[in-house]
Amino acid sequence: MKDIINVISGEILDEDIIVSVKELCRMCKINHEIVIEMIEEGIIAPKRNEKIHWQFQGVEIKRIQIALRLKRDLHINTPGVALVLDLLDEIENLRSQK
Amino acid sequence: MEYKDYYNILEVEKKSTQDEIKRSYRKLARKYHPDVNKAPNAEEPFKEIGEAYTVLKDPEKRSAYDQLGENWRQGQDFTPPPNWDAGYEFSFQERQDAQQFSDFFENLFGRSDTGKGAYHRQGREFHADGEDHFAKILINLEDTYYGTTKTITLQVSGLDENGRLMVRPHTLNVRIPKGVIEGQRIRLAGKGGPPLGRGSHGDLYLEIILAPHRIFKVDKRDIYMELPITPWEAALGASVKVPILANTVSLKVPPDSQTGKKIRLKGKGLPGKSSGDCYVTFKIITPKAETEEAKKIYREMASKMNFNPRAELQ
Repeated sequence: MKDIINVISGEILDEDIIVSVKELCRMCKINHEIVIEMIEEGIIAPKRNEKIHWQFQGVEIKRIQIALRLKRDLHINTPGVALVLDLLDEIENLRSQK
Repeated sequence: MEYKDYYNILEVEKKSTQDEIKRSYRKLARKYHPDVNKAPNAEEPFKEIGEAYTVLKDPEKRSAYDQLGENWRQGQDFTPPPNWDAGYEFSFQERQDAQQFSDFFENLFGRSDTGKGAYHRQGREFHADGEDHFAKILINLEDTYYGTTKTITLQVSGLDENGRLMVRPHTLNVRIPKGVIEGQRIRLAGKGGPPLGRGSHGDLYLEIILAPHRIFKVDKRDIYMELPITPWEAALGASVKVPILANTVSLKVPPDSQTGKKIRLKGKGLPGKSSGDCYVTFKIITPKAETEEAKKIYREMASKMNFNPRAELQ
């Protein structure tokens, strides 16, 4: 019953939330190498480009999670996932212009 | 328990080859992948085809399934015949993720190895953090405009007191903050799957899906609406009252406005650090010439106003 009465609040993973590379790895359960691979393919972009102080916007977490699921479920490699994410963005833009 | 027609689900036939099954699965998986398919319930068919493929891709499981006979129909009440699986042995090496399969599947092929069995494998204690869970949550424009609390029920798998994997409904009241926008994810730390052994709970991610609105279209924080106006309001200019969510705005229609003219009402969109705008597009509606009086006015306009809207077509 406790769950039902309590109202829980989460954090919105928007542009205002900034996470370090360490937090990003912990949240997405990935290691540094995958982060680097995703940056190199343009799937995500750090906010500041100094390696030690890498910081990411909250929206990147969603992109990483989608990328990981697409890789796992549809056997797409990283450049392929980058393309899919770009196309999904484009579809969303086209939809909202309608 | 309901019978599942795995061939039907994968859109293949009983005599299809393994290659055909694989191709059909891949195609359907791409179509229904919840990150690609925007329908709020795409997760369901995706899980179903995953389950069907787990059975049909494995020759052992497939022939065991075929043995059930051909007379079953999708959704029909089903009880497996005794010892139906004698002579077959199933293993679950490929299921790393704790996907939930249907009762039908688990009755036939058992549960995967994610329960207590994994605990003391080879005598060593096994610990793993809980899985992250993902769900989509459908909200209305009003919900994000005012903020709200939503009750959601998730099917969560966990271990019961005997250490067996079980699925139970989990109800949460979640605050939906003002100004969330379509596609954003809310992270609820520690509300995901339970850990195995010592470990921490996974997180729950809720993706916001905005239900279509009767009047407004939404793009990020901006909202768009069409405003019907009369020909005389458009021609002479007017001040009209427009209800925009919580506010009623007095909007000036400039003289000589045409259908398609767009007015921006700054800051009248969704709230946020930088609030969105509301875009109002005029649409001139002409009254029907139903009465003699109305017809007379139209005829008078036709004779007195030298107007050809098609001049540019020539």
